[in-house]
Amino acid sequence: MSAYLGDVVVLARKDLLLELRARDTVPAMLLFVVSALVVFRFSLPAEASDLAAVGLLWIAVVFTALLGLTRAFAAEREQRLLDGLVLAPCDRSAIWLAKSASVLAFLVLAEAIALPAFALFFAPVGWETVAAFALADLGIAAVGTLLAAMAAASRARELLLPLLFLPLVIPIVVGGVGASVQADPGRYLAFLGLYDLVFAILAWASFEYVVTE
Amino acid sequence: MSSLDARVEGHDVEAQVIVRARGLERRFGEKRALRGLDLDLGERDCLVVTGPNGSGKSTLLALLAGLLAPTRGELEVSAARGSIGFLAHEPLVYRELTALENLELYGRLYRVRERRERIGMLLERYGLWDARRERVSAYSRGMVQRLALCRALLHDPRLLLLDEPFSSLDAAGAEVLDAELAALAGERALVLATHEPERVRPLATLDLALA
Repeated sequence: MSAYLGDVVVLARKDLLLELRARDTVPAMLLFVVSALVVFRFSLPAEASDLAAVGLLWIAVVFTALLGLTRAFAAEREQRLLDGLVLAPCDRSAIWLAKSASVLAFLVLAEAIALPAFALFFAPVGWETVAAFALADLGIAAVGTLLAAMAAASRARELLLPLLFLPLVIPIVVGGVGASVQADPGRYLAFLGLYDLVFAILAWASFEYVVTE
Repeated sequence: MSSLDARVEGHDVEAQVIVRARGLERRFGEKRALRGLDLDLGERDCLVVTGPNGSGKSTLLALLAGLLAPTRGELEVSAARGSIGFLAHEPLVYRELTALENLELYGRLYRVRERRERIGMLLERYGLWDARRERVSAYSRGMVQRLALCRALLHDPRLLLLDEPFSSLDAAGAEVLDAELAALAGERALVLATHEPERVRPLATLDLALA
């Protein structure tokens, strides 16, 4: 178990180091999410309710995550580095877990900018929205990383990833918007937690088959 | 038809077979990259694979490494995943990391004992010690190939698969590799796919010409 966690730490640290040096994912995510919120600010009618704005916030975050996921396996894809990792004797699910952790870190960074920006443009963000995003991020990172690995092996990866990812995050959007706007957010948060659990287990167990022929 | 030409004179069949293939075939869609290959590779054999571009040399090595699955036929590789060293066309190193960081990463994943000493020794041997803290993106093609060789050799593999190992190496680098292969021949199972068979012919116990 400690060897497994050691592999995850080593691989995640490598991803964070690569981003720190190349800076080709997080800045793009930050720019995108702020730009999207600015566009939404001017596209919503003045009399529109804050509830509609909350829905748009979730859309902005989902597409920001998609942008990050498109780049998640860029280094491995461009230089066929996934072959090098797959040949190592470590458990292949450690590759997924480490990559999910780095995707999660990038997403949290983007939201650390997006939520204050949303509060500035639209309405204050409550604790239930923050909790919903925390749970949603886990699910997005778990499912998205698996799908990004699948798409990375395909020639039509830019098309394939959104086609696979967006239908699978509909439950996250339903749960997240529900938790953000309903008076009783508990069952929506529980739903998000259940989604995270089920899909994290599925992604963890199936990653091996995705990266091997 | 792919064929194992001959066991080089003076070399007997090894008792312990590390790779056994029967009727091995691999297709990519309609294209047949490898056809009907039979092979027994002993744990101290050195197999030299030759053939023109597109004859299936790289495909064979990827099959042996476990990166591809055969379309037809049987393939048994008794070396565990962590005991195979693989040099591919791509160097399989991160360009934004330094040589040291790349080897540290692989050394940890391969659970290399005395990792720091082993990495230092390989970097020194392949002339990369002074450039060990430079990012790989600043390396020349030859330096990247040297680093790729260090990565493939890092965990002292039982089965070493090298695809065009002399590619991009200068005379000094090629000499280091010559000495490395000479030391490993007879100790480890080697599979060398090359367009320069004369360079490694003295080490060969098996020849395979793919057509």
